[in-house]
Amino acid sequence: MKISYYPGCTLKTKAANLEAAAVASLAVLGVEVEEIDRWNCCGAVFSLTADDLIHQVGPVRNLVRAKEKGADQLVTLCSMCYNTLARANRIVRDDTVKRDTINRFMDDEIDYAGEVEVVHMLTFLAREVGWQKIREAVKVPLTGLRVSPYYGCTLQRPADVGIEPFGSFSLMTGLLEALGATVVPFAAADTCCGSYQVLNGEGGAKSTAAVIINDAAQAGAEALATSCPLCEYNLGKRQEQLITSGQVEAPVPTFYFTQLLAVALGVAPESCLFDLNDAASLALLKNKNCLVAA
Amino acid sequence: MTLIITGTTISIPSIKQLEELSGENVKLCMQCATCTGMCPMAAEMDHSPRMVMHLSQFGMLDRLAGSNTYWKCASCHACTVKCPRGIDIAKVMEALRQRVLRKNTNFIEPSALSAERIAELPQIAMVAAFRKLTS
Repeated sequence: MKISYYPGCTLKTKAANLEAAAVASLAVLGVEVEEIDRWNCCGAVFSLTADDLIHQVGPVRNLVRAKEKGADQLVTLCSMCYNTLARANRIVRDDTVKRDTINRFMDDEIDYAGEVEVVHMLTFLAREVGWQKIREAVKVPLTGLRVSPYYGCTLQRPADVGIEPFGSFSLMTGLLEALGATVVPFAAADTCCGSYQVLNGEGGAKSTAAVIINDAAQAGAEALATSCPLCEYNLGKRQEQLITSGQVEAPVPTFYFTQLLAVALGVAPESCLFDLNDAASLALLKNKNCLVAA
Repeated sequence: MTLIITGTTISIPSIKQLEELSGENVKLCMQCATCTGMCPMAAEMDHSPRMVMHLSQFGMLDRLAGSNTYWKCASCHACTVKCPRGIDIAKVMEALRQRVLRKNTNFIEPSALSAERIAELPQIAMVAAFRKLTS
């Protein structure tokens, strides 16, 4: 099986761990990853004003790249890329007037009418690989690791592009259970981490992140799984600051769901780039004997 | 906050502009405050999302001129998915930001970020913040 893949900007640098672990895992599962040519930034956030079409051009160009390759699906890992591409795709597919305007503006491109389906990796794993196959491929079960699936905003909202209905977390739950982990549901699984507000004063993004981390800890989680580099930054990389300031009591290391998948499939920890996570993340996996023997 | 609504305080052009920018009908709001209850940033805001909707319904946007509410909105859509009147409140917040940003105004200044901060931040944090908070 081969998939067309859109990485997005952060996955080549600060969140290279999200991508590296995914590519290594898919290789184990027999899925070939083909990165689309000449991709550009998706824009990170979907433009919400009714008259602003120029900001849809960036994401739509990426979908054109996928169509040129003959792909009917474009798989993404980053939650924000998923949301931005999927929402732009819906505009082009459902609004003929806006579609014509965008296509006329991009007169150097082939016409695009929403033919490519934007698919998040969690959906791809559930639908095309299946939990049973993943369960059978597990070499190092994450036995005893208590993980909370954290979705944040962009995987589920708004409803027309959500990977599953609002309030349901079955995809990441299914994956984590297939890996042998103990899934710990918690109330703040879809609470916003503060997102880009991290650049707009210190208060907001820290208080939202603290609510999420504390809620997971109180539910009994010892780790959080996410698919968004901005959530990982707000909840993981800045967690030490939150502990220092007293907003967070107990540390809850964060992982990308792809890293947990990779270690369970027996991928060497070096290939999962744990040096880009908080130091506590790799220490927790070592402590729980969740890493393949060197 | 007491609202005194008269023929001179209501601004029909402001209501029209907001509806054109957002594509939403703010008059549908019934002031139930579910948006405020859902908003993870409400505690940081000068005006609650419900109050923003109330002032928006009358086009009293001058009252929101110095408010931080729409700048603190992270576009997480928690309000939108729970609004019983089906209003995409995140789009109304975006319209309020755009009214300011389209006058070539930045709410945050990218050039004020230190090199260390830029080196530390993930790209999507910066792209998203500049898209939402600068012109």
